[in-house]
Amino acid sequence: MQLKGRAIKVGDSISTDLICPGRLFHLRNDIKELSKHIFEDLDPALSKKIKHGHFIVAGKNFGLGSSREHAALVLKISGISCILASSFARIFFRNAINNGLPVFECDTRKIKEGDKLSLDLNKEIVRNDTRGTRLKIRPLPGVMQDILKEGGLISYIRKFKCLH
Amino acid sequence: MNRTITEKIISAHSQKEVSPGSIAIAGVDLFVLQDGTGPLAIKKFEEIGVKKLFKPERTIFFIDHASPSPRQELSNSHAIIRNFCKKTGAILYDVGEGIIHEIVVERYARPGQIIIGADSHSCTAGALAAFGTGMGSTDLACAMATGETWLKVPETVRIDVSGEFPKGVFAKDLILNLARRIGADGATYKTLEFHGETIRKMGMSGRLTMANMAVEVGAKAGIFSADTITHKYLKGQGRGKDFKPLNSDNHAHFEIILTENVSRLVPLVALPHAVDNVRTVSDVRGKKLDQIFIGTCTNGRLEDLEVVAKILKGRRCRKGVRVLVAPASREILLEAEEKGIISTLLEAGIVLFPPGCGPCVGVHGGILGDEEVCLSTQNRNFTGRMGNPNAFIYLASPATCAASALTGEITDPREYL
Ligand code: SF4
Repeated sequence: MQLKGRAIKVGDSISTDLICPGRLFHLRNDIKELSKHIFEDLDPALSKKIKHGHFIVAGKNFGLGSSREHAALVLKISGISCILASSFARIFFRNAINNGLPVFECDTRKIKEGDKLSLDLNKEIVRNDTRGTRLKIRPLPGVMQDILKEGGLISYIRKFKCLH
Repeated sequence: MNRTITEKIISAHSQKEVSPGSIAIAGVDLFVLQDGTGPLAIKKFEEIGVKKLFKPERTIFFIDHASPSPRQELSNSHAIIRNFCKKTGAILYDVGEGIIHEIVVERYARPGQIIIGADSHSCTAGALAAFGTGMGSTDLACAMATGETWLKVPETVRIDVSGEFPKGVFAKDLILNLARRIGADGATYKTLEFHGETIRKMGMSGRLTMANMAVEVGAKAGIFSADTITHKYLKGQGRGKDFKPLNSDNHAHFEIILTENVSRLVPLVALPHAVDNVRTVSDVRGKKLDQIFIGTCTNGRLEDLEVVAKILKGRRCRKGVRVLVAPASREILLEAEEKGIISTLLEAGIVLFPPGCGPCVGVHGGILGDEEVCLSTQNRNFTGRMGNPNAFIYLASPATCAASALTGEITDPREYL
């Protein structure tokens, strides 16, 4: 599968609170409404920049903090096609894959705001079409690749009935 | 064999010998969820299409985060949880019972278990030598249906602690110091395993504080050996038979061994907006406070309230600072009440919350105003954590919070102990 989109850069240590504020607890059963507040406490203007297919490109420890899966869900529902970060917090990482949202570790310092990126899920390479460069991404563990291929953990379990 | 506690537990639950980096499909002993993550897990569980929970008597929901409910949407979320428990036989701890991690430790956790929770601080149970780890709602839903989850076996970082805690310095200061040293992503994907003479002597309350905050340095789990302290704690909970000794083998492989000596440690504070932004209390003494919060799964236990009462006894909280206290569980509240701690605190002018998360996550009581500053015993101080992105949260031990309650500014607890 080929993903294409422009880079939206964010910094290091973007917590789940910055992606999806904890105080909006009451909106958690209404993901559409909740997604209107994406990145609100980081930069209220950011949500307007997000267009279908865009990549979030982050520094280290993206998604630290709470286990709230809503952080991955609002990114997915906003049309983000992929998240690249130099590293991820582990619960967020699982949550994203479990919802069929591709997330990969790579050296994101070489990507600038607005760069045109494309990523082939089978090739473990991100192409930066603006700069004509290629970046290696760190392959996912096999089990995560399988879950991602099925579009998320629920479809995976529905199909195979178990994790084996 | 030379295995760490983590490797032993995961091997026993996946019927094969595992080593760090390998993927294991492991049976799960306990599935725990709270009111913020539970409704989504229920929705996902229903999407799978199975009717029955794998182990209803081991699937436990807690209404603790927005509890009692401050608004109709949340009341409706709570109703989803109540109905699901009724329908499936899952266990429910409703409003006022206490915080998920505290009740898991008091009543369910035991050495050698795998506990997964739809809450990042599920690592708290590591204080009892259980492999507790936080996951999302979908992971929980699938585990509730199949009884299993997949785990990448983590490397273990061993922390050896020596020395005696000086007066006024506590387990909270030790774990804040670790965050300062290794950073908020210093142990990502790893297990922290705590050892050394100081740990051997440390009571369960301190161990729980440290295990709880393992996730604040990115760890998957924060584990202590099951020893005489563990046994004593379980006996005290009427669960002596749940004990079994568990420790790493002498020649187990640790990715790295860090040492700490607490003898020269001083009271510490994490400054906004990061847990690893740590300074000494003396560096920031005098910082004016609007609110102080004592409680949470990190520091809402009896021993914490005892220290606070010791400092506040016969004194008054400073006018102008709101001092909020939320015991972590009903059991703790009852014990504190019996020991006279609650009346001491009330006489000093604190505001008492029902057992639960209280203002920690900023969804009901205790939301901060713009530019307000709060000193809290909780585990994280991210922007917006207590309900307002324009407020500032400092983290410290219960003793530092209590001393600061008397002055209305960040204050060294050693002056009052
Ligand atoms: S007390 Fe705070 S950190 Fe602990 S479970 Fe509740 S909201 Fe989470």
